[in-house]
Amino acid sequence: MTAQGIYLDNNATTRVDPEVLAEMLPLFTEQFGNPSSMHGFGAAVGGKIEWARKQVQALLGAAHDSEIVFTSGGTESDNTAILSVLEAYPKKKSIVTSVVEHPAVLALCDYLEKKRGYTVHRIGVDNRGNLDLDAYKAALGPDVAIVSIMWANNETGTIFPIEELAQLAKAAGAVFHTDAVQAVGKIPMTLATSAVDMLSLSGHKLHAPKGIGALYVKRGLRFRPMLRGGHQERSRRAGTENAPGIVGLGAAAQLALMHMTDENTRVKALRDKLEQAILAAVPNCFVTGNPANRLPNTCNVAFEYIEGEAILLLLNEAGIAASSGSACTSGSLEPSHVMRAMGVPYTAAHGATRFSLSRETTEEEIDRVIAVVPGIIAKLRSLSPYWSQAGAPKEFAPVYS
Amino acid sequence: MWNYTDKVKEHFFNPKNAGALDEANAVGEVGSITCGDALKLMMKVNPDSQVIEDAKFQTFGCGSAIASSSALTEMIIGKTVDEALAVTNRDIAEYLGGLPPEKMHCSVMGAEALRAAIANFKGEEWVDDHEEGELVCKCFGIDAAMIERAVTVNSLTTLEEVTHYTKAGGSCQTCHEKIEEVLEAVLAKTGALAPPKAHAPGTVGLDAIKPLAPKAEATPAKLTNVQRMQKIMFAIEELRPQIQRDGGDVELVDIDGKDIYVRLTGACSGCSQSAGTMMGVQAKLVEALGEFVRVKPASLLPVGA
Repeated sequence: MTAQGIYLDNNATTRVDPEVLAEMLPLFTEQFGNPSSMHGFGAAVGGKIEWARKQVQALLGAAHDSEIVFTSGGTESDNTAILSVLEAYPKKKSIVTSVVEHPAVLALCDYLEKKRGYTVHRIGVDNRGNLDLDAYKAALGPDVAIVSIMWANNETGTIFPIEELAQLAKAAGAVFHTDAVQAVGKIPMTLATSAVDMLSLSGHKLHAPKGIGALYVKRGLRFRPMLRGGHQERSRRAGTENAPGIVGLGAAAQLALMHMTDENTRVKALRDKLEQAILAAVPNCFVTGNPANRLPNTCNVAFEYIEGEAILLLLNEAGIAASSGSACTSGSLEPSHVMRAMGVPYTAAHGATRFSLSRETTEEEIDRVIAVVPGIIAKLRSLSPYWSQAGAPKEFAPVYS
Repeated sequence: MWNYTDKVKEHFFNPKNAGALDEANAVGEVGSITCGDALKLMMKVNPDSQVIEDAKFQTFGCGSAIASSSALTEMIIGKTVDEALAVTNRDIAEYLGGLPPEKMHCSVMGAEALRAAIANFKGEEWVDDHEEGELVCKCFGIDAAMIERAVTVNSLTTLEEVTHYTKAGGSCQTCHEKIEEVLEAVLAKTGALAPPKAHAPGTVGLDAIKPLAPKAEATPAKLTNVQRMQKIMFAIEELRPQIQRDGGDVELVDIDGKDIYVRLTGACSGCSQSAGTMMGVQAKLVEALGEFVRVKPASLLPVGA
C-alpha cells in the first residue's frame, strides 16, 4: 500500500505499533543473548521474556503467567492444542468443531479424520452465523477428547458464546480449546474464572509482528508438546525463544489492554458509520453474520450480482485495502466456506467484502471509503449481465451453468 | 494479490465495449452466477459480408474475467464470423500478455461465449453441440467436449491444468477420475505426452507454472538464430560447474523454437532433485534470453526430429 492508503484489512494482519517496534529493537542488537545462557547477556533477555509473559497473562485475565506458552503464531497454537489433547487422551476418538473455523483447525481435523481415524463433528451455523447449540449439545459425549471452537469469526466477526460452550464441554468431560486469534484484544477476557482450557492467539492480529503467538494452557491440564527438544517454555515448546517477537507480543498485549475501550467505542462507531452509509447508498447489499453480536471492528457486506475480486481491485486502485470471501481472490474456485455455511446465496456470496478496522483507523479514512464505494459497486454492476440499467436484477439464463 | 499483466489491468480498469448492444443479432451467454463468473457476448454481424461490425459484453466475474471479455470484443470486431471462429482461449490469453494459471478459465469462458454467439447467429443449437459431451464436473457444469477443447488448444497434460483452464474438478473433486479419463483419451488421440504417471522428470509442473509468460517488452526477439543459440549454449556452460559440483552434468541437445531439450547426466539421472535442476536451467535460460522458453528433457524429443 501507499503511504496514504486506507488499510481496512486488519483481520488479515495489522501494522506493528511503533511502540511495539521500539521495545523489540534492542533485542536484535544489545540484548541478543540466549535466555538459556548462564551469563548476563542471557539473563537480561530472560527477564524481558518473563515481563512479556505477564503482559499476555494480564490481557487474557489468566491466573498464572506460567499458563502462557509462546509459539510461532495462531496456526501452531491451534495444532499444538488439538494434537496435545489427542495424545493425552488416546482412548477418546472424537473431535467437536464448527464448520466456520479457520483452516488452521479445519484442515487439521480433516487430516485427523482421514488419516488417523478420528470422528469429527462439525457443528453448523444458521444464516446469521450463530452456532447450532442443539447440534453442539448432541455431539458432546464421553468419546469427545477435544472441542475446538473459535471465539470470533475472522470473516464476519460473529462471536460465539464461548463460556457457555466451554461449560457444556467440561460437563461432558471434554477439553475445551478456542481459537481466539480475532477476539483477543477486542473482547475483555477473564480466563482465570473461565471454563476455557486452552486458547490460541496470534501477535500480528494485534499490532505485534508476524511469527509470534501464544497458547494459553490452564494449569493442571495434561499437555503433550508438539515440538520436542530443549527445555524452553517449560518443555512445552522446544526451540530457542523468538525473543524479539515475544517482547513485541508483550508490548502489544499491554497496548491492546489499554485500547480495549477505544476498540469498543470509537472504532465500533466508525465501523457502524461505514456500514450504515454503505447500506444506505448501495441497493441490493446486506450485512453478513450477526450484526447484534460481533467484533467491534469487523463489517462484512455482501454486494449482489458482482464479484469480490473485481471490487477489491477497484478499491485498491482508490487506495483502499479490504478483503473478500470471493472464490477468485484465493485461487480456489468456491466462495468462502463461511459464506456457504451461512447459506448466503451465490448471487451475493461472490460479492462478500470485508472491511476490518483497527485503532489506527480515522474518521477521515472512513469518510473517503464511504465516498468511493457506491461508485465502484455501480461501475461493476453496469458491466454485469445480471444487473439491468434500471437498477434491478434482470433475467439472464446462460446456456450452461 | 494476483500478478496481472499491465494489459489485463488496462482492460479491467477501462474495459472496451462494455454494456448492452441493442441491435445485436448474435448473442452468446455462458457461465452462471453460481460458478462465480458469467459472460454475455453480443455481436452485430453484417448478414451479407459476415463481418462482425460491433461487439459488446456484460460480465459478472473477477478482474481477469472482465479483461478477457474486453479483449475478446477488441479481437473480433472487424473479423468475419469464420475468422472469429479461429480465435481460441489461448489467443485471448496471449492478447492479454498472459494470465495466471488459475485464471486461464476466464479466457476459456471468452472463447466459449464466442462459439455460442456464432452458433446463435447461424441459427444453430449451440446447446446441443455443447451437450454432446458427458457432463463431467457437476459443480461447474463442465462437459467432456469443453475439457477436450481446452486440452487440445492449450496442450494440457495434467488434471491440475485442466482445473486451472476450465474450473472442472475445482470444487468437490469427485470428478477427478472422469477428467483424467477425458485427458488420457485426448492425449492418446493427439499422440502428445503420456499422462502424468509416465511423465519424464522435470516436465510436469513446468507448463503449469507459466502456461503463457508475459512477453518481454524490451527485447522483442531481435536475436538471429545463431545469436540465440550461442546465448543458450553460453548460459548452459555457465551452469555446468554448479551442477558438476553435485556430481552431475547437463548437456544441450536441441533447440526447437521455445522448446529447449537438454540431457541431465551423471548423478542427475534418476535424482529426485532433477525436476528442480530442470527448473533452474529454465530460469537461467529465460533470464539469458529475455523470453519465455520451456526446458524439456531430451527423452521428450519428437521421434525423427
